[in-house]
Amino acid sequence: MPRAAAPFLGFARLLRRHAFAIAPEQVAGFMRAVTLLGPRSMNEIREAALATLAPSPDRRGEFEAHFRAYFYGDAKPSIEGEEDDETRIKDDRGTRQQESLTVRQEKGGELSSALEQLSSRDFQRDADGLGQFRRKLASALPARRSFRTMRTRSRGTLDLRRSLSEIVSADGDIPSPLLRRRQAVPRKLLLLIDVSGSMKPHTADYLKLAHATVQGADRAEVFTFGTRLTRITSALRIRGRDQALARAAALVDDWDGGTRMGPTLLAFLSVPRFSAFARGAAVVILSDALERGDHADLETAIRRLSARAFRLSLATPLAGDPRFRPETAALRAILPLLDDLVDGSSVRSLTDFILSLARPAPAAETIWKRVS
Amino acid sequence: MTRVNAVDVAASPEAVAARLAASRYLADDSLATAIFLAIRLGKPLLLEGAPGVGKTEAAKAIAELLGRELVRLQCYEGIDAAHALYEWNYQRQLLAIRHAGEHEIDIYDDRFLIARPLLQVLRAPDQRVLLVDEIDRSDHEFEALLLEFLSDFQISIPERGTIRAATQPIVILTSNRTRELAEALRRRCVYHWIGYPDAEREGEIIMLRAGDVAGATARAVAKAVQEIRARPLAKPPGIAEAVEWANAATILEKGGSPWPEAFRRAIGVLIKDEEDMAAIAPELDQIVEEALG
Repeated sequence: MPRAAAPFLGFARLLRRHAFAIAPEQVAGFMRAVTLLGPRSMNEIREAALATLAPSPDRRGEFEAHFRAYFYGDAKPSIEGEEDDETRIKDDRGTRQQESLTVRQEKGGELSSALEQLSSRDFQRDADGLGQFRRKLASALPARRSFRTMRTRSRGTLDLRRSLSEIVSADGDIPSPLLRRRQAVPRKLLLLIDVSGSMKPHTADYLKLAHATVQGADRAEVFTFGTRLTRITSALRIRGRDQALARAAALVDDWDGGTRMGPTLLAFLSVPRFSAFARGAAVVILSDALERGDHADLETAIRRLSARAFRLSLATPLAGDPRFRPETAALRAILPLLDDLVDGSSVRSLTDFILSLARPAPAAETIWKRVS
Repeated sequence: MTRVNAVDVAASPEAVAARLAASRYLADDSLATAIFLAIRLGKPLLLEGAPGVGKTEAAKAIAELLGRELVRLQCYEGIDAAHALYEWNYQRQLLAIRHAGEHEIDIYDDRFLIARPLLQVLRAPDQRVLLVDEIDRSDHEFEALLLEFLSDFQISIPERGTIRAATQPIVILTSNRTRELAEALRRRCVYHWIGYPDAEREGEIIMLRAGDVAGATARAVAKAVQEIRARPLAKPPGIAEAVEWANAATILEKGGSPWPEAFRRAIGVLIKDEEDMAAIAPELDQIVEEALG
């Protein structure tokens, strides 16, 4: 190994230590690229590193910081807690930064300890019915027809490919026709959980429900929102509930703050990867929708979500009270856009509702008009 | 189309940028470097970025720069081997069996084989540029299938054996990042993230692409578009929309509308979402006036 190659290998090792997945072939590509480029300046080494080591756009800032630290010897900037570039976009125009920080310091610990209590409590096995919910979920979700086809005995189109090979193997005899039909696949399920202060009594329950959902459904995504937006699906993929909830709790840093439902939902929609998930999905928002101030953003966000989603539902714990009517200005504005406005006060009512998503129901507005 | 040797074209990133500019595509240094590296390292080029930043255009420009034919594979949910690699023409095979009667026929003959883009690229006598557009729309299974193709540039057809590329094609993949791509795919590619250009570059692009637009108009459009993109829109306008806006406004101005008015009336080619339009309308006059000023 020539001595000149050592710094490049070292840089790759540094990146790996910081959890960048860098394959040996990429390192080889990086070195070949540097050789090809000359290199005439540090910038060319940087370009070569970006092109060949391919950091994801989310971690680009972190990558650049490591590059500067390694090749220029800059003081290592603090990288811990760097957020997803994309979620930051229109999330927090800087004004709430300070506020959410203090909120985190004050209340974050409290919630984590509540979660700890939850996890250490001796659960009676499946007392909340979530185990059963998890098992039923995959088959209970609404389905759509896929472009992929499956073999079928009746009601389908002729499968020429297989029929032909049958004919050839039967030496020209025409056997009974073989058919294919488009497959039905369960729709995606998207849970958006409000973790603001007013939702505090329900947050722990909602997270347990979210864990069961991610475990049970083929394709589910879970986000929390308060003053900002956090994707917690990957944490909830861990099988053990206690561990998964602890990981999710660590990811979210706006527990029990205020709600800026409109702006955070707009931030969600402005990230293509996220908003693509809402397309054709069953979207369930778990929130009391108590939007302070102007609700124009909320209305826009809900309209966009509803245009994308297969079914858009709002589950609010307030609806657990029989006297509840959707009378706040925000709720009145979004009611015509919702497919369902249901009771989200208990795990049982929520699981029942999610399991019934495949069944058609009258629009939320019709139901609530009848009630009020 | 004159074919040129890929290595000659890609003598340096600057040479690539100059040639792309001749094909009316303005690339910044890092994109030119990524294209240079992809060609010289013989690796696929993965271009990611928001819709409308010119990923597909980049692929077209690369094909033009090399003087090669572009073969495009548009991805979508549910795309599979039969759409991307090859398929047998079963109807013709059945007819041929009927017609042959007692005679022997080879139903796996070339005339029954429908070559889809990937096979077309491999069977072409000369090097082709393959554009796999919007790979993020396809399923994971298709991505895995593509991995196999990209690592060896060969396809195995059970009835026919393996078909290998005579010359390795130049492959460009694009993604709007509506989902995360597999690490394995990113690893095999030279990667570049295309962002929106800054106002100055966008002005240059508009000048280059639009038909009959004055320099001042192009700069004003670029400035206004930057301003509009900074707002939380459902569909931020891409570069192509900016070019169309400059064109449309110029036509209206020549038709007798004074400047700010011409921009306002042509806004439909820039903003193509009703809500975005409602959000931007009250501020539009001010944005345009500032940009013109």
